[in-house]
Amino acid sequence: MAATAQTVAQVRDLGKYKHGWETEIEMETAPKGLNEDIVRFISARKDEPDWMLDWRLKAYRHWLTMTEPTWAMVDYPAIDFQDIYYYAAPKNTEGPKSLDEVDPELLRTYEKLGIPLKEQEVLAGVQGAPKVAVDAVFDSVSVATTFKKELESHGVIFCSISEALQNHPELVRKYLGTVVPYTDNFYATLNSAVFSDGSFVYIPPGVHCPMELSTYFRINAKDTGQFERTLIVAEEGSYVSYLEGCTAPMRDENQLHAAVVELVALKDAEIKYSTVQNWYPGDETGKGGIYNFVTKRGACRGDDSKIRWTQVETGSAITWKYPSCILQGDNSVGEFYSVAIANNAQQADTGTKMIHLGRNTRSRIISKGISAGRARNTYRGLVRMGPKALNGRNFTQCDSLLIGDRCGAHTVPYIESRNRTAKVEHEATTSRIGEDQLFYCRQRGIGEEDAVALIVNGFCKEVLQELPMEFAVEAQKLVGISLEGSVG
Amino acid sequence: MAGLVPIAETAGTAADSGADWLTGWRSGPADGSDAAPDWLGAVRADAADRFAAHGLPDRRVEDWRYTSLAHLTGLELDWAPAPADVAKESLPALVFGREADCRLVLVNGQVRPALSSVPALPGGTVLTSLAGALASGHPGVADLLKRRVAATGGALKALNDSWLEDGYVLIVPDGVTVDMPIEILSVGTGGALPPAYQPRNLIVAGAGSRVTVVEHHVGLCIGGYFANLVTDVAAGAEAIVRHCKVQDESREAIHIALLDAALDRGAMFDSFCFTLGGRISRNELRVSLDAPGAHCRLNGAYLAGGRQHCDHTTSVDHAAPETHSDQLYKGVLDGRARAVFQGKVTVRQDAQKVEGHQMSRALLLSETAEVNTKPELFIHADDVQCSHGATAGDLDAEALFYLRSRGVPEGQARQLLVEAFLNEAIDAVALAGMRLPLERNVARWMAERPRS
Amino acid sequence: MLEIENLHAAVDGRAILNGLTLAVAPGEVHAVMGPNGSGKSTLSYVLSGRDGYEVTAGRVRFRGEDLLALDPEERAAAGLFLAFQYPVEIPGVTNMTFLKHAVNGLKVQRGEEELDAMQFLKLVRQKAKALGMSDDMLKRAVNVGFSGGEKKRNEILQMAVLEPAFAVLDETDSGLDIDALKIVADGVNALRGPERSMLVITHYQRLLDYIVPDRVHVLAGGRIAQSGGKELATRLESEGYAAFVEKAAA
Repeated sequence: MAATAQTVAQVRDLGKYKHGWETEIEMETAPKGLNEDIVRFISARKDEPDWMLDWRLKAYRHWLTMTEPTWAMVDYPAIDFQDIYYYAAPKNTEGPKSLDEVDPELLRTYEKLGIPLKEQEVLAGVQGAPKVAVDAVFDSVSVATTFKKELESHGVIFCSISEALQNHPELVRKYLGTVVPYTDNFYATLNSAVFSDGSFVYIPPGVHCPMELSTYFRINAKDTGQFERTLIVAEEGSYVSYLEGCTAPMRDENQLHAAVVELVALKDAEIKYSTVQNWYPGDETGKGGIYNFVTKRGACRGDDSKIRWTQVETGSAITWKYPSCILQGDNSVGEFYSVAIANNAQQADTGTKMIHLGRNTRSRIISKGISAGRARNTYRGLVRMGPKALNGRNFTQCDSLLIGDRCGAHTVPYIESRNRTAKVEHEATTSRIGEDQLFYCRQRGIGEEDAVALIVNGFCKEVLQELPMEFAVEAQKLVGISLEGSVG
Repeated sequence: MAGLVPIAETAGTAADSGADWLTGWRSGPADGSDAAPDWLGAVRADAADRFAAHGLPDRRVEDWRYTSLAHLTGLELDWAPAPADVAKESLPALVFGREADCRLVLVNGQVRPALSSVPALPGGTVLTSLAGALASGHPGVADLLKRRVAATGGALKALNDSWLEDGYVLIVPDGVTVDMPIEILSVGTGGALPPAYQPRNLIVAGAGSRVTVVEHHVGLCIGGYFANLVTDVAAGAEAIVRHCKVQDESREAIHIALLDAALDRGAMFDSFCFTLGGRISRNELRVSLDAPGAHCRLNGAYLAGGRQHCDHTTSVDHAAPETHSDQLYKGVLDGRARAVFQGKVTVRQDAQKVEGHQMSRALLLSETAEVNTKPELFIHADDVQCSHGATAGDLDAEALFYLRSRGVPEGQARQLLVEAFLNEAIDAVALAGMRLPLERNVARWMAERPRS
Repeated sequence: MLEIENLHAAVDGRAILNGLTLAVAPGEVHAVMGPNGSGKSTLSYVLSGRDGYEVTAGRVRFRGEDLLALDPEERAAAGLFLAFQYPVEIPGVTNMTFLKHAVNGLKVQRGEEELDAMQFLKLVRQKAKALGMSDDMLKRAVNVGFSGGEKKRNEILQMAVLEPAFAVLDETDSGLDIDALKIVADGVNALRGPERSMLVITHYQRLLDYIVPDRVHVLAGGRIAQSGGKELATRLESEGYAAFVEKAAA
């Protein structure tokens, strides 16, 4: 079966954005707007320790002194930060429960998304897939985490960050804000003040996490900002592969998503972090959609540690994110593999930062940007070789594909080298889908939309093949869906 | 680490000595003989206001994120230097190492006919001083200047606009080919206070004309000076303008140069910049490919050591379909030198069938040298081929080993490889006679560079 | 099977085909020969429906259907295959993936059941083996980094897998050395059958030593200047196209 043809049929049934429905569920929300009381309310609601509240308040006060960044190549009307709900939770979820107690309406929501919250099930439509543990975050709170028992037997902690603050406060306190400090940037600081939930992962020394971990984020409530915070700590010699997925209902209003993800890899540890971002992108005219303003950063703290970011960014009205690696440990490795698709009126400004501090540090950046419709797609990246990054190596390949003559592709790399033994190589190209390629495919019987999806998937192959296999299939389909209507 | 540093159109504050920076012109040129037309007064005043509003760019201004002018703001400068006493014999050897056929000399930004030798040029070609052209009311010069002064272009251009007074003017009429290279020798020389001078140069190449300009910038003093140059180039349809610049200013000089070229249908602009001197230097090229068939080649080579800072910034605007650009910059850094390469290639909407390629390579020879590169692509048409590449690092260890294994001593092997590295850029110099002198400069620099 | 009547076609407003008439019956192999610029490649693109090749008059019936009314993929589904003179590279898409999309794309259009992964793999392996193509080549991106011979062989593999009713071979011999030519010709001959017709477009007679045609047509000035049997090709080889070009121009 032609995967894309099947997907196209699915999409026809569901409308252009297949996750655009809304769950009817009773919600508890804090009053709209942001002030110290709201910060206190969120902290109290989660019964947090005092130090956590103090940290949030420091962040909030610092945020008041900051202004929104304007350097990214994205345009949007000013956000009224007082017109947002900073806390929204399904009623009767005082924290993650056993699966039996989860509201059946919520279970149905995740079922509809193809995300299994019952441990005996595997990801929808994928036969023979390995087990995947899931943390499901619905608006501001985590509603369920699967396979906890099995993971615990390996010493792996996988839970919501609220739960971690209750059960492992010392671990959270030790690492939270050490990679992305609360003063980091406007959105990260806002997140530090009001983050509501997110996932916490701790892999003990020497443990190879026995299954993929994943978090599915769902924004459901109206006018709600989602501010999740994820912290992953991989102790010496450990390994974990983590995946996040995100969807939201179709709404005419824009919704703000300002997440922070911090990764810490100690000596010999490896973290693979994969994202399939499919927030609602808005309609063809640019109405609605998620503002996805995200700070993701990993610290390779120990020698021989490794962090790999893989992202497939197809959703959101606006994407502003630069998953980065700080290569502190000697011989540490940072990798960034990205596919960013912007169609219709979407705007994406995304890339990475590779900060080489230790000796023999290596980084690799493969970025594939696809622009269609009237969209703008910007790769923005920084590679810095510090004075002590002896024998540092970076290779960057940035390719842009334009579909149609009304879209834009921008490449803005910053390359800073302060070490002569370090070697930096950067290449960038732009191209379009050749008329000859399309004709060749069609002559062989492949329809136009399918041919576009096929060629674009080929263009993105180097990135998609870095995803865990079962998600690669999903991502390939998404590529086809995202470009629907971009030719002809 | 904060996010990537903001891109702001303007930021920064006027230099503390702002009054000096802006009022000099109001009292007219040093010799009190301002023969400039009335419109110029208004233009200067406007520009002074623009500069006052911006102030000198600091590193929060995106275009200046890697080049700091803090050193400049700390200097006390002589804004209206008296004409320096320079003897013809003291002028440096010519770029070609022989008596030039045609040479116009500027000292501290002012054209000095007595030091120059300008023969009759073919077909009514004019090579003169801007002050003279303005005084005589040359219509083409006034028109172009008025248009270019109105265009925005950042604080330093505004500063130059506000001091608009002299510089060289080259006008080549339609269809005229000027075979002999035209050499412009720009001499900077100090006084009690470091002088500040801001020549405004114009190159107007008529339709189908051909001309080659060699600019040679040298310092005749140990001390510093501040040269803030703006050169406007207008190339008519099918014109070919070659511009070769050798920047060998004094080691304490601050050299900030902007060249703004607009190309008509089928025109070609070929630029080569060889940077050796200056404490802080910036060579900025803006090329606007305004009509189909316009084509530019921007190449450069730079050598920097000690505490030198050299910046090459280019911006190519493919404003029309079927336009081409090619860029190659190569540099060698030693000591605590810092280099910057920023290259922007823009392809506008509907500018289809465009090709734009760019490459920047830097060699770091010392532990403390630094290079910052920012190549940018802004593409708004789909049927285009654009690419950029950038590398930074040491000499290829394998090549070095290969040479040594053949018996070449390490020092010599390094020198050979550095020369070979730069020659790739120098080979692009269209003017064959220029290549050898440039290569000799490279060899001399390699031989003289202090061993670390 | 294929009936071309009084076909006129233009590219960028310039007339290339000027009243071409040609009919190929089931099982027949026809050769179209002609000098450079006679309209050979235009004919292949007009038949396969490439954008920019405008039909200004005439008609083409294929298995009873109006071929010119169909989109390129519909023509493929109807059984038309074009072996490209310059096969196109598609980076990142493996030969296997490409073929799978093509096979199932055709099946969906024809309302047939798609092949599952195992059936498909078996089919392709078997066809590839017959053409002496390695598994490695099947895993490589479509035509990327292929030699001239490999590209042409890849075209024949696609033809073998897709099993068209009618194949147009556009200068399949160009860029091939004699060994590669033999392999390709063997592949083509193996696909000849009573239900399959072919149009072999070539500049040189050489290919026709290996793929022996039932009829030979000389294309000059955008129309068929002369038709004949196999011996016409031999005559052309010795006499050249000049006479035909003059005749067409007259």
